[in-house]
Amino acid sequence: MGQPGQRSDREIGAMSELPEKLESLLATMQSITDQNERVQMLLDFADRFREVPGRVAERPFPEQNRVAFCESEAYVWAEEQPGGTAKFHFAVENPSGVSAKALAYILDRTLSGAPFEQVMRVSPDIVSTIFRQNISMGKGMGLMAMVRTVQQLASQIMRRKG
Amino acid sequence: MSEVLDREVLDKGYAVPGALVSTQWVADHLKDTNVRIIESNEDPLLYPSGHIPGSVHVDWTNDLNHPVKRDYITRESFENLMSRIGVTAETTVVFYGDKNNWWATYAFWVFQLFDHTRAKVMDGGRLKWQKEGRPLVREVPQYQQTRYHAPERQDAKNRAFRDDVMEQIRKEGRLVDVRSREEYTGERLHMEGYPNEGALRGGHIPGAANVPWSRAANPENGTFRPASELRDIYLKEQGLNAHDPVISYCRIGERSSHTWFVLKYLLGFDDVRNYDGSWTEWGNLVNVPIEK
Repeated sequence: MGQPGQRSDREIGAMSELPEKLESLLATMQSITDQNERVQMLLDFADRFREVPGRVAERPFPEQNRVAFCESEAYVWAEEQPGGTAKFHFAVENPSGVSAKALAYILDRTLSGAPFEQVMRVSPDIVSTIFRQNISMGKGMGLMAMVRTVQQLASQIMRRKG
Repeated sequence: MSEVLDREVLDKGYAVPGALVSTQWVADHLKDTNVRIIESNEDPLLYPSGHIPGSVHVDWTNDLNHPVKRDYITRESFENLMSRIGVTAETTVVFYGDKNNWWATYAFWVFQLFDHTRAKVMDGGRLKWQKEGRPLVREVPQYQQTRYHAPERQDAKNRAFRDDVMEQIRKEGRLVDVRSREEYTGERLHMEGYPNEGALRGGHIPGAANVPWSRAANPENGTFRPASELRDIYLKEQGLNAHDPVISYCRIGERSSHTWFVLKYLLGFDDVRNYDGSWTEWGNLVNVPIEK
């Protein structure tokens, strides 16, 4: 099994016009070379993760919100907000899904409130930048699927709005 | 194996009861300097998020795999690993982890390639430990480095390569495909919930029996089923014989290390090897036989 590769500075630069908060976070993650520091930051993100509120969804969560190929049993919702943006909500049903919780927190913090056009420009490869080589291909693809699901929901709202 | 046996495990009737310990045994040995508890998971953030007090982390990617080619670490790297986690030849290592101990048995298996036989698996892994409300901590212990001398890696006894599998087919020997039914039939290239990646062809190795690894585990707490139930599955139902050579495989060798452990230690099979090339190798090889 391989691992998602680390993004180069050139590739990061190519992701211009990303949501500002995401760009800032990726730059921070890119600058961290100490593995323990990176792990602590990701753990902190996972600790801050808050599950989808009951007013948006309750168990059993609908299959249509489930992230395909994510063995952490992640779910995503998009709550439309004024100004062509959305608040993204997540649930992670697998108690061992610590990386999924960290990513859910990151996606909520950086993509909620961002213009849909910018959300659509986010490459799922940000998973490699965030988690580096320390994640298996299977898990990496599950996490990338979380990013794609956020984009699918954003795209659905965009189409609905015409 | 340690001479100290565990009543909870003994009652389950396994062939090599010393290979398994209960969560209570681990709780009783947390301060035992001759015991090192080792956690191995798929998600590298799981150990830092909370682990058994005093346990160390062995990461399957960074600690056990060769950094460049598809293989396991060298003798020198294994010695460095053992030194870093404070293990000597006399230390009993006890593995546990997530996913019903997939990665724990995988790490256990790699340790056997270097003949560290003072090794055990904690029955039920993280799931059972957590369900029992036992403590998890974030403090990472520091152990004094040791000088560990390992032998050269000996693959032959516990590891099968593709040529060994071809020979097993030729001899009409027993192969156990531990993947899901959908993977075995070629309907999927990966287990449910995972992306279809890693192989160009679907199906199974000709003649392989399909016994998903999960049949050996209790889903409610991740423990291994008692020997009587395992015998019903592998011997009566599948007709395996404990004296015949058996090769287990899955997709990359982690699920099949779980079954390898079951056959070798819990049922006492004489000759079991884990084919870690598994379907990501076989399903990509040119001109090898495949059944659907």
